[in-house]
Amino acid sequence: MDRIPILRMGEFLLVTIQVDMHDQLALALQDDLSERISRTSARGVLLDISALDIVDSFIGRMISTISGLSKIMDAETVVVGMQPAVAITLVELGLTMPGVLTALDVERGMNLLRERVQTQ
Amino acid sequence: MTAASSGSHPVRTEQDVVLARQQVRKLAVSSGLRLVDQTKLVTAASELARNTVIYGGGGDMDWEVVEEGIRKGVRLVFRDEGPGIPDMKLAMTDGWTSGGGLGLGLTGARRLVDEFSLESAPGNGTRVTICKWS
Repeated sequence: MDRIPILRMGEFLLVTIQVDMHDQLALALQDDLSERISRTSARGVLLDISALDIVDSFIGRMISTISGLSKIMDAETVVVGMQPAVAITLVELGLTMPGVLTALDVERGMNLLRERVQTQ
Repeated sequence: MTAASSGSHPVRTEQDVVLARQQVRKLAVSSGLRLVDQTKLVTAASELARNTVIYGGGGDMDWEVVEEGIRKGVRLVFRDEGPGIPDMKLAMTDGWTSGGGLGLGLTGARRLVDEFSLESAPGNGTRVTICKWS
């Protein structure tokens, strides 16, 4: 089965979703990421969704789950690069993803991750 | 209202949901929907196609590019021969789910489109029709 690559950058993990995900692929990413956080003791996850042209309730839930599970494994998740049309649609769909940290782009996301990890 | 073109797409597997999304995106672009409306229609289609697979046991998506005067639109019908919805009012409640979802599929999809209708009866499958205009 296809897998979404997880790259390691120092104490952070970087995930860039570049394909139109079917549901099993999204679930596999959740599993892979939790396993990688545990194995590498990563302090943060940067989830780049700039290539996603839709986020439906399933992918939205995956993002919330990744954020929640990383938190209880002592890592922060920042979601970056959400397209404006996707943001508008998500709000209208009724998915507000409480507790999920977001930043506009990768650079701001990395800065936010560093701040969050330092202040802990 | 007249149909400029039409077709059908199987919605039986998770992979079909992805392909249906891509098909709807093409239709939305060809109908002149602006980007936000394309995104809303594709998202609604994704929710409904997933429902068709998970709750309906698979079915089909009929599509139609429709014209009314100068405006164009995309009409989609998601139909299955599954168990149907016993309580339509409950199914249209935000946050209610009979499966493991968030309960936003039907209600969320309705908010994202211009026209929405749901027909279902226990044992007789489900048919959801949506339309988005340019």
